[in-house]
Amino acid sequence: MHQLLQQIFSGLAAGAVYASLALALVMIYRATDLVNFAQGEMAMFSTYIAWTLVDAGLPFWAAFVITLAVSFVGGMAIERIVIRPVENAPILTAVVVTIGLLLIFNATAGWIYSYTLQEFPSPFPDRTLFGALMTTRDVGVIVVTLVMLAALFCFFRFTATGLAMRAAAQNPESARLCGVRVGRMLALGWGFAAAIGAVAGIMVAPVLFLDPNMMGGVLLYAFTGALLGGITSPVGAVIGGLIVGVTENLVGTYLIASQLKLTVALILIIIVLVFRPNGLFGTAVVRRV
Amino acid sequence: MAAILELRAVKAFYGQSEVLHGIDLAVEEAGMTVLLGANGAGKTTTLRAICGMVRSEGEIAFGGRRLERCSTEQIAGFGVAHVPEGRGTFIGLTVEENLRIGGYAAAGRPDEKMQLMYGYFPILAQRRRQQAGALSGGEQQMLAIARALMMSPRLLVLDEPSFGLAPRIVEAIFGIVERIRREQRVSVLLVEQNASLALEMADRAYLLETGYVVTSGSAKALADDPQIRRSYLGY
Repeated sequence: MHQLLQQIFSGLAAGAVYASLALALVMIYRATDLVNFAQGEMAMFSTYIAWTLVDAGLPFWAAFVITLAVSFVGGMAIERIVIRPVENAPILTAVVVTIGLLLIFNATAGWIYSYTLQEFPSPFPDRTLFGALMTTRDVGVIVVTLVMLAALFCFFRFTATGLAMRAAAQNPESARLCGVRVGRMLALGWGFAAAIGAVAGIMVAPVLFLDPNMMGGVLLYAFTGALLGGITSPVGAVIGGLIVGVTENLVGTYLIASQLKLTVALILIIIVLVFRPNGLFGTAVVRRV
Repeated sequence: MAAILELRAVKAFYGQSEVLHGIDLAVEEAGMTVLLGANGAGKTTTLRAICGMVRSEGEIAFGGRRLERCSTEQIAGFGVAHVPEGRGTFIGLTVEENLRIGGYAAAGRPDEKMQLMYGYFPILAQRRRQQAGALSGGEQQMLAIARALMMSPRLLVLDEPSFGLAPRIVEAIFGIVERIRREQRVSVLLVEQNASLALEMADRAYLLETGYVVTSGSAKALADDPQIRRSYLGY
């Protein structure tokens, strides 16, 4: 029983990271109907920026905030420079662009920082709580994720810009007619997605160690979480990410060798697509033809 | 009276094909102009050209400004509020959020304007916290007009507000539009299939056929024109 609770809790900590990245995927998908395959590598690159800053002697949380800001601006720049030119192109063109971005970020990180594993500092002390039921690291990751989610929720729910972003994602043409600058809203969405990804990368790096391929598996889990929640639902993405984290941990502990854990994600993807293509919280998209 | 909106020799294109072949049209300050015509005549395209949503040539002047080179967002900011075909409702947002989006880019306090709108459309006040997608067709049309008026526009552009609505509701909505036009002194450009009702309310009318203006004049003159009576009014 104790071990089960332990595994569930560390699953939730991993799931919080998947949930963050899943949320980033959903934000871009809702705004542009595009799955951003580069989301993981963008997060990895952000994590390297944080690593560089910490390495240069900055306090962890200062590096954290600066990295988020840089990632936000970087995300907006990516939208402007490489996504906007293919905005009206067929969707596959945009998908290929994001795959290209994935390769560019991966290779650039390898070129600058090399492919060797780097140790990444954890901001949380390494202790256990409640009779070894959970570690302070896990609690820290979950708390940081929850704070970020609460901040995002407040932004989208209570600010005029947040409302305009939701409107632009939902009905761009009508938003334009109301004077909302839709292009700017899309760029903001990419900025947010990049910053959310940066949080995910920084939270997961102390566990996985930092290297240019760090986010490959995480992106797959995040994608599974987003799909499980229904690719159009932000709440679904968070819940889906948490479910994937716990499932992955439990299956890896009790059912199969942990080397096979990634297979769990693929099986989940197939199950969702076959039995519930709209996920737990997604809405069926009806297109008039 | 001076024209607030003037189109001169406006052509519009979908891809390579020209669908408007040089339209001249004017909307008087605080007046109501109606655009009549069969399906495919180019009514909606004319509205879309005004708001920069299709590629166009020619001259579009609005209150001393030229609109041809402006983006849709900018044109909205100048004071052109366009309720598009299909109403453009943000169905996933609440009624109140839909209104706030209308007021997003406009000057003035949104809360005050929202109260004004709830005065014109009391049903929206009752439904303010509901998802806009859950409203009936008539309520959604009211919401769309209220959303447009939240922009404090100088010109209200309405694309077939009667579409799919019961006659009684259409009359109610047109009554409110007429009242708002007088009280807020906003000019109206209306596209409408319901020709008899539209000609009753409007002061100027244009008849479009396959991308050309074939007849124009005072609404009364058009209502008395025997050919228009036969083709569009049915008596």
